[in-house]
Amino acid sequence: MITSPEVHKNLLLALREILAEDYLLTTKEDLKPYECDGLSSYQRLPLAVALPSTIEEVQKIIRVCESLRVPVVARGAGTGLSGGALPHEGGIILGLARFNQIFDIDPENMTMRVQPGVRNLAISEAAAPYGLYYAPDPSSQIACSIGGNVAENAGGVHCLKYGLTVHNVLEVKIVTVDGDLIALGSNTLDTPGYDLLALVTGSEGMLGVIVEVLVKLLPRPPATKVLMAAFDYIEDAANAVATVISAGIIPAGLEMMDQLAIEAAETFAHAGYPLDAEAILLCELDGNEAQLNEQVSIVTDTLRAANASSVVMASSTEDKAKLWAGRKAAFPAVGRMSPDYYCMDGTIPRKHIAQVLMEIKALSKHYGLRVANVFHAGDGNLHPLILFDANQDGELQKAERFGADILELCVKMGGTITGEHGVGHEKIDQMCVQFNEDELSHFHHIKHAFDPYELLNPGKAIPTLHRCAELGAMHVHNGELPHPDIPRF
Amino acid sequence: MALNIIPSTISDCDISAQLQQQVQSSIDLRSPLVIRGGGSKSFYGRASVETSNILEMKHHTGVMDYDPTELAITVRAGTRLKDLEALLDSKQQILAFEPPQFNANSTIGGVVAAGLSGPRRAYTGSIRDAILGVDIINGDGKIVHFGGQVMKNVAGYDMSRLMVRSMGTLGVILSVSLRVLPKPNKEITVVIDASQEESLGYYQQWRLQHLPITATVWYNDKLTVRLSGTEITLGIAMQSFESLPSTTVLNDADIFWQSIRNHHHPFFSEVTKPLWRLSLPSSTKVIARFEGDLLIEWGGGQRWVSSNVPANIVRGVVKRHGGYATLFTGHKLLPEVPPFPTLAPELFALHKSLKRKLDPQGIFNPGRLYRDL
Repeated sequence: MITSPEVHKNLLLALREILAEDYLLTTKEDLKPYECDGLSSYQRLPLAVALPSTIEEVQKIIRVCESLRVPVVARGAGTGLSGGALPHEGGIILGLARFNQIFDIDPENMTMRVQPGVRNLAISEAAAPYGLYYAPDPSSQIACSIGGNVAENAGGVHCLKYGLTVHNVLEVKIVTVDGDLIALGSNTLDTPGYDLLALVTGSEGMLGVIVEVLVKLLPRPPATKVLMAAFDYIEDAANAVATVISAGIIPAGLEMMDQLAIEAAETFAHAGYPLDAEAILLCELDGNEAQLNEQVSIVTDTLRAANASSVVMASSTEDKAKLWAGRKAAFPAVGRMSPDYYCMDGTIPRKHIAQVLMEIKALSKHYGLRVANVFHAGDGNLHPLILFDANQDGELQKAERFGADILELCVKMGGTITGEHGVGHEKIDQMCVQFNEDELSHFHHIKHAFDPYELLNPGKAIPTLHRCAELGAMHVHNGELPHPDIPRF
Repeated sequence: MALNIIPSTISDCDISAQLQQQVQSSIDLRSPLVIRGGGSKSFYGRASVETSNILEMKHHTGVMDYDPTELAITVRAGTRLKDLEALLDSKQQILAFEPPQFNANSTIGGVVAAGLSGPRRAYTGSIRDAILGVDIINGDGKIVHFGGQVMKNVAGYDMSRLMVRSMGTLGVILSVSLRVLPKPNKEITVVIDASQEESLGYYQQWRLQHLPITATVWYNDKLTVRLSGTEITLGIAMQSFESLPSTTVLNDADIFWQSIRNHHHPFFSEVTKPLWRLSLPSSTKVIARFEGDLLIEWGGGQRWVSSNVPANIVRGVVKRHGGYATLFTGHKLLPEVPPFPTLAPELFALHKSLKRKLDPQGIFNPGRLYRDL
């Protein structure tokens, strides 16, 4: 989609009518900070950045863009990891950072009404005086905004027990491409008509612009305990995950780290992780004291029976923080081991974790690139971090191919290419692996029902059939695993 | 590694090719199709179109994948809810949303399409929270697959949840993957003497406490509460209840909860007036006292009223409290009243646009949810 100079000129004229000078950015220097999101390997400059502060302004801007057929890419805090907020060269960025008000905390119904630019953590902070919190906790929660969380259906460490964004949002208001303001969902446990709230959650800005969110709050658990189990063999750690779940207990979080991740995190954060272990599991349990003691004893026994070489329990605030510190610092810690790393996000059924980790190891050898695994094991949501050096010729491309192989492996195992980061720009080609032509057409029908001219975040999330056909000529999918020469076990 | 399929008595019968053929010929002829599972909810929603073109789902049965450690099961849509739950029970697991089973023929496809959840809903989530994936025959006549067996999956639009409560108007559900939960070790049901006001007050207090409540019913000045968990958890929780006046433990509680869930309780089964289902913010206080009978579930979030009060008054009052009302049964007494409330015009326009794109020939259960959908 190319925007002519004429349209560009008319666009800026019209936007200047709506926004004060400070809130319409058009110079190269001003546009630069918006050239990418949290996935900085892709960059583009938009035509302009519009920073409205009222719903009416958003409606007017969208109507202008719709009439001129100019693409609109909505952006929250820009922390996304899949390039979902990557600008379109022919379009504008609609920045929602100024929508940062908390409107209403309703402790009786345990809800909070917020603007989309409110930060994830700010919601829990505002709810804290009432003994409440907002459960989804993506690792970027100090910076990421709730509007982006809804657009991406963000997850986090505690989704195993408390669900994703889609389970914790009751209503959103969107501005459609026609400029209409529509409420989806409500303050009740269900709403009449189609579940458009679920459809818009995770739709990556392709169906409408989120301008208000009603979130569900939960009472803070009275107490939590954290267990750390060390394993001599990574397969045992992986199999222990399914065993814990089948013991009838759903932990608040169940995280796994492999040896390279342990080593990185321990050097960086001194969390007290065992450096001789091939893998560790961190298991957080919550509830009241008596419940907790019971759960701790069941989980400890289960982990021991699953060949854990040691199980350590933390109950004091400091000890728990220390155990979590290593996990939370794992990404930056791995970042210090290598000039660059590439973070993947596939999900697989829990029972296949061991096998998939083994295959990733084989792929690592094949590509000659190291991998650290630190991930949400309870959900089967992998985050392999591929270490590479972008300054070395061809390493970025090698890392990308490696990443693509991992995602295709996840699909093959009955999983998905993205568990919580979204497809965005990054994984658009892997969508051709997970979905066939008929399924992609179905997605395009949905898109066209909301956005017939494809103006909202075009080119993201759902690939065109043409793109997949071209890729198909290069790759052979059809259920064939990449690199048949690699031994599989 | 565990076997993917646990032996069960559910017959393994895949008739998707045959179903697809019937859909394709309906598309070709632009002939409306009525999708029918067990027919247990044929009373619910708007009436089906008059046609002999019925797509019978009840023979499309079988468990496609079930590994209890994954907390997920995939079954063909015609599988009876009764058989599915018996299988889960044999592995100490449950459908946490406790869907109603109005009769033994109820199928899982119908459960998804109607989107109704039972007593546990307010505490462990609804069917839309539990659905993980679907296979459908779409308006292009193709069999397409969305979602899967994993909880965290954000690739593509969420078609699985869109199928929930769409009343079959967006396609034919061939199979569904659902999240299941471990069955609670133990359950205790207590009955407390309480007026409606007192009950709503209790709900409010309990909401912030970590009590293992998994169902509540207030009816005829009795508040019935189900607690689920381990021996220790229940022991502690009971202390909160024993201090309340006139608390008694209900024996045969399963029969009581089944009667609420499946509407065999006299409140539902002996109803002679229109039955309204009110969905309200949980903290809503006592709303207008309509003449007629009242039963409150879900900690105040779902209230049933059987009453002859005119529809516009019921809907108006509920709307003022931020909720909505569905005419659940008694359509014959109020033939002019649409069962589901009218949607805002812009929202309805979006519904129509979606229906047109996903079902361009308008063949899937036309009019079952709303006129023109």
